[in-house]
Amino acid sequence: MPERKIVIQRPAWTPFNMVAGIIVVIGLIITVIRFTKGLAATTNLSDYNPWGIWIGFDLLVGVALAAGGYVTSAACYIFGLKRFHSAVRPAILTGFLGYALVVLALHYDVGRPWRLPYPFIVQQGTTSLLFEVAACVALYLTVLFIEFTPAALEWLGLKRARSIVVKLTLVLTIFGVILSTLHQSSLGALFLIAPSKLHPLWYSPYLALYFFVSSIIAGLSMVIFEGSLAHKYFHDKMDAEHLREADGVALSFGKAASWVLAGYFIIKVIGIAQTDAWTYLGTGYGLWFLVELLGFVLLPCYFFAIGAREKNLTIVRRTAVWAVLGIVLNRFNVGLIAFNYHLPSSERYFPHWMEIGISVFVVTIGVLAYKFIVTHMPILYAHSDYESH
Amino acid sequence: MSISRRTFLGWLGAAAVGTTLGRSAHAAGSPHFTGYPDALGVLFDATRCIGCRKCEEACNKVNELPAPARPFSDLAVMERKRRTDARSYTVVNRYENIVGVKGPLYRKIQCNHCLEPACASACFVRAFTKNSNSAVTYDETVCVGCRYCMIACPFEIPTYEYDKVLTPRIMKCTFCHPRLIKGLLPGCVEICPVEAMTFGKRRDLIRIANERFAQFPGRYLHHIYGEREMGGTAWMTISGVPFRDLGMREDLGITPAPELTKGALSVVPVVAGMWPVLLTGIYAISQRRDKIARDEKSAAVAAAVAQAQADAKAKLTEALAKAEKDKKTAIEKEVKKALEEAAKAKAQPSAAAPGAAPEKKSS
Repeated sequence: MPERKIVIQRPAWTPFNMVAGIIVVIGLIITVIRFTKGLAATTNLSDYNPWGIWIGFDLLVGVALAAGGYVTSAACYIFGLKRFHSAVRPAILTGFLGYALVVLALHYDVGRPWRLPYPFIVQQGTTSLLFEVAACVALYLTVLFIEFTPAALEWLGLKRARSIVVKLTLVLTIFGVILSTLHQSSLGALFLIAPSKLHPLWYSPYLALYFFVSSIIAGLSMVIFEGSLAHKYFHDKMDAEHLREADGVALSFGKAASWVLAGYFIIKVIGIAQTDAWTYLGTGYGLWFLVELLGFVLLPCYFFAIGAREKNLTIVRRTAVWAVLGIVLNRFNVGLIAFNYHLPSSERYFPHWMEIGISVFVVTIGVLAYKFIVTHMPILYAHSDYESH
Repeated sequence: MSISRRTFLGWLGAAAVGTTLGRSAHAAGSPHFTGYPDALGVLFDATRCIGCRKCEEACNKVNELPAPARPFSDLAVMERKRRTDARSYTVVNRYENIVGVKGPLYRKIQCNHCLEPACASACFVRAFTKNSNSAVTYDETVCVGCRYCMIACPFEIPTYEYDKVLTPRIMKCTFCHPRLIKGLLPGCVEICPVEAMTFGKRRDLIRIANERFAQFPGRYLHHIYGEREMGGTAWMTISGVPFRDLGMREDLGITPAPELTKGALSVVPVVAGMWPVLLTGIYAISQRRDKIARDEKSAAVAAAVAQAQADAKAKLTEALAKAEKDKKTAIEKEVKKALEEAAKAKAQPSAAAPGAAPEKKSS
């Protein structure tokens, strides 16, 4: 389609570019401080609080919100829901960028980032759930990269390589679902080893299951959310197939998210019964737990159902943002807020502004990379030279 | 293949020896690990400690840790609760206003050297080693610095050198492992002026603690903290007041840390094994569903086409028949007309050929 080749020269000094530029500059400055002055200079981490938002947000939330890739590709290629086909590429792209940024952020958090391959090449601590997370994230990042390559190869015009990768679609999808099941759940299971530190309302033998099921909710909601953003800002990049399917994808994913949220709500309640944590519901933490469970699980479940039934895109899209915030809240609760609940407030953690700065920086890089890729590669439209796979 | 009696007995013997050997060598794999045989330990008696901080000083010296900001003789540091940090492997805290006790009590904090350490279980590069003498030691040459050990430790012992840029390490008590190997006592144990710490084999320490309970009725709570907490620790504490009054957690339970993650880890191979089957099955079902839908569709199309063709044929036949009939009618009409004309002509004086009509009819 020759009309797509026309590059529209937009002014460089748009508000978006200016804000993004400032964030990137600040991020680079903090990066220099982090790697010349150390963690003590840039974070509020302490001996009581070894994990801050670089783990609580960048890792736990980042991985959960990047679940759209495996959810969408599984729906399309494994469950055979072909009407979601146009949603696969954007979802794979955001998943790939999400995981890449998680790994980038980890380089800031760990003490000696150049040793990150050590668990694979030097000594394997296979009794550690973190080993499982590391192995699966590394493998899945590779899978997402390969799944993403057809778009890049089409852009570069490498037809042969592209056709080889496309043949691997089903195998890669299955492998991706296995890896995602394992590490999404293991992120929750990381905290199983510390029952004395995580508040009993959040600590549960089902933590792994909770993290896995809620990652499906996160994946579905993020696809809806990203879809609505893409519609707003990249409408001109979308082809007829994408535009025709987009509303259906949002409504169907909203319906699916409603069901999964319902199941998630039920297993959360079962979890309370299982550990007999009812009495804690009357405490301050109990109230906070109910805010999460009722306000960010049950209500989104209800509104997704309404939105899907009424075929009301606005409700579905707003509920998707709501559900995403619910996932963020849950990961913050497990990783930061309900963790170390036993400590006096003077020993509790609150992020340093530079920690927040790096997290914002990392998200910004993701947005910029997404913007570059969708404006250059066939993500929101099918390349005219290739048949869809 | 034939097996001689001798060979068979030989195998049997080897199997028997293997089983016996396996008992001691593989004890770590059994559900309840009670520690290495002859494992060492320390019994801390909180009724004896006077809070002099000499152990802190000795620890600092033998481990060559950086000098503290305030000297060890300064007891005012105990006005606030301290914890281990990157510059101190052990600290002594003071606990005041305990019900039923005149004056303050003290507790020494250091690594308890768990029988099944949470830190070692949590480490994804196996930087921690549980030595057979009980010491839990750390290898900084492989540590990535993820600090999951600090998350995992129920006693909040490991600390981190956050201020180091390129070489941050986890810092924790080593039970003076290098000294133990040389046959020396741990620095803190050696210096204690009141023998608040008793060093020995862990088995013996439990016996000693029970003897003290019997020897001094009313002086102790009959509980050895660390005998079973978190599956058991090499360092144990006895006290005359509830352990919570000494800032110790009483809700840790007796499950060793590795047990807590065992279930989640055991799911991994099952998912890796079953998911491909399950997912391929779902894929096959969806493919088959599509195929059936396609087949049904093409069958329906074929039927519709056939029906349409039949209808068309019938219509055509009907039309042809009608056309034939129309033609016939037209011919008859023509013939009739011709006959009439002929008859008319006959009636007229001119003579017309009578054969003209049948001739036309036959055409």
